Amino acid sequence: METLGKYFIFLSRLFVNRETFGTYFKLVVDECITIGINSLFLVSLVSFFMGAVTTIQTAYNLISPLIPDYVISLVVRDMTILELAPTIIGVIYAGKVGSSMASGLGTMRISEQIDALEVMGINSASYLVLPKVIGSLLMYPLLVILAGLLSMLGGYLAGTFTGVISPTEYVYGIRFDFNEYMVTFAIIKSFVFAFLVASISAFKGYYTTGGAVEVGKASTAAVTQSVIAILTADYLLAQLLLQ
Amino acid sequence: MIKIENIHKSFQGKPVLKGISGVFEQGKPNLIIGASGTGKSVLLKCIVGLIQPDEGHVFYGDKEFTKANRDTKTEIRREIGMLFQGGALFDSKTVEQNVMFPLDVLTKMPQNEKIDRVNFCLERVGLGGQNSKMPSEISGGMQKRVGIARAIVNSSQFLFCDEPNSGLDPQTSILIDDLILEITEEYNITTVVVSHDMNSVMGIGKRIMFLYQGLKCWEGTRDEITDSGVKEFDDFVFANKVMQKLRKK
Ligand SMILES: Nc1ncnc2c1ncn2[C@@H]1O[C@H](COP(=O)(O)OP(=O)(O)OP(=O)(O)O)[C@@H](O)[C@H]1O
Ligand SMILES: [Mg+2]
Repeated sequence: METLGKYFIFLSRLFVNRETFGTYFKLVVDECITIGINSLFLVSLVSFFMGAVTTIQTAYNLISPLIPDYVISLVVRDMTILELAPTIIGVIYAGKVGSSMASGLGTMRISEQIDALEVMGINSASYLVLPKVIGSLLMYPLLVILAGLLSMLGGYLAGTFTGVISPTEYVYGIRFDFNEYMVTFAIIKSFVFAFLVASISAFKGYYTTGGAVEVGKASTAAVTQSVIAILTADYLLAQLLLQ
Repeated sequence: MIKIENIHKSFQGKPVLKGISGVFEQGKPNLIIGASGTGKSVLLKCIVGLIQPDEGHVFYGDKEFTKANRDTKTEIRREIGMLFQGGALFDSKTVEQNVMFPLDVLTKMPQNEKIDRVNFCLERVGLGGQNSKMPSEISGGMQKRVGIARAIVNSSQFLFCDEPNSGLDPQTSILIDDLILEITEEYNITTVVVSHDMNSVMGIGKRIMFLYQGLKCWEGTRDEITDSGVKEFDDFVFANKVMQKLRKK
């Protein structure tokens, strides 16, 4: 409970006594590049295989001749957009980007780099963390969209390569009874998750005390707590937005 | 000149500073010395405002700092340079970017002037031409010197150094001490140095404040060290053999 209070105070500190817009612009761009470099490869790899595996497993489970083949790609599409892309990628994002944010800030804390900023009269929380949060909000939805596309591509290639579904049927299934709201929902989720991962990881890193061991602990705790927050938010958002 | 009055600070009910007052004079290094864990770093952090003291005041010149509003604090902070115990260089920035950083965020100086000033300061600490190195590529002593360059680049009036020569060999220590002394006298700034190294004390201790268990226990110049008449201070000063021999003479 006390930690939760401290977390909200931390969040409010991000928005007071900021530096100039120009300063942040450059920092946000740097942050976006870091996030991209950190996560692009793994996210692509995972989402591609996620689509491929979902296709083959769904095909394997649908042995009834009464069910048309295009249901396979329909299932792949719905699972990808609703759950796999935003949430599973969120967990990976927490593991890659969240942990590196926490350990980066933790290292800055224990080596007194944060104190050095404060002595110069800079609001270190805002200066260091706000660009991370904004960068995350910009990059994560893009990663989710990319993951969705790659997942469906993975499904297409796996499905047609193994012959469980024909290319026309796959495409037909992808487009069948498509509800755009699912995409909106996925994007809303990705904004929420992006904020949660960046702010929780930064919070954990920023308040590290001690030495190198504690930096490691902060980074692990950042991943664990980000993942818990993602799953909780995932459930709540589903309740709220999918009536 | 910096004046502190009756500084108190406790952590979780455990008192660390129990009412410390004193004056740090301009144009000479003022040393704060004492055994490990007596609260030297905490006192320094209270003075620069990284820790809010529970009680007491800090004056920079005639300006009250501890309870000042944000604008006054920022104004005073522009005059503060600090060298941290481990250097505290920003490890994602080059030496040049590190030294330029205070100019970037605190001034509106044009780029070419900034570069001139950075080169001047790097030259001053004997690191000319090392601009594009990363902090991880230079030695601990060099990192400290870059830290000093960063602390003086904004022509600060006040310089704080937390254990400037911890973890350095004796020769490099003397180099750093001399640098601090020279800079202090040359630019007539108020320098406060935290140390527990007797070599530094004898080398640059124009004014010395000795802390013992959260209290100021002795104060004076290095010439008065040998006959302080304070037992706790004698124990600290003459802990090492060389100093013991010196006393016998
Ligand atoms: N943030 C903090 N929270 C709780 N206790 C603290 C904190 N900072 C310092 N202390 C305590 O205050 C005491 C004084 O610490 P300080 O770092 O000032 O010692 P020091 O005199 O600088 O020692 P050293 O020479 O080893 O650096 C120590 O007992 C330490 O445990
Ligand atoms: Mg200390």
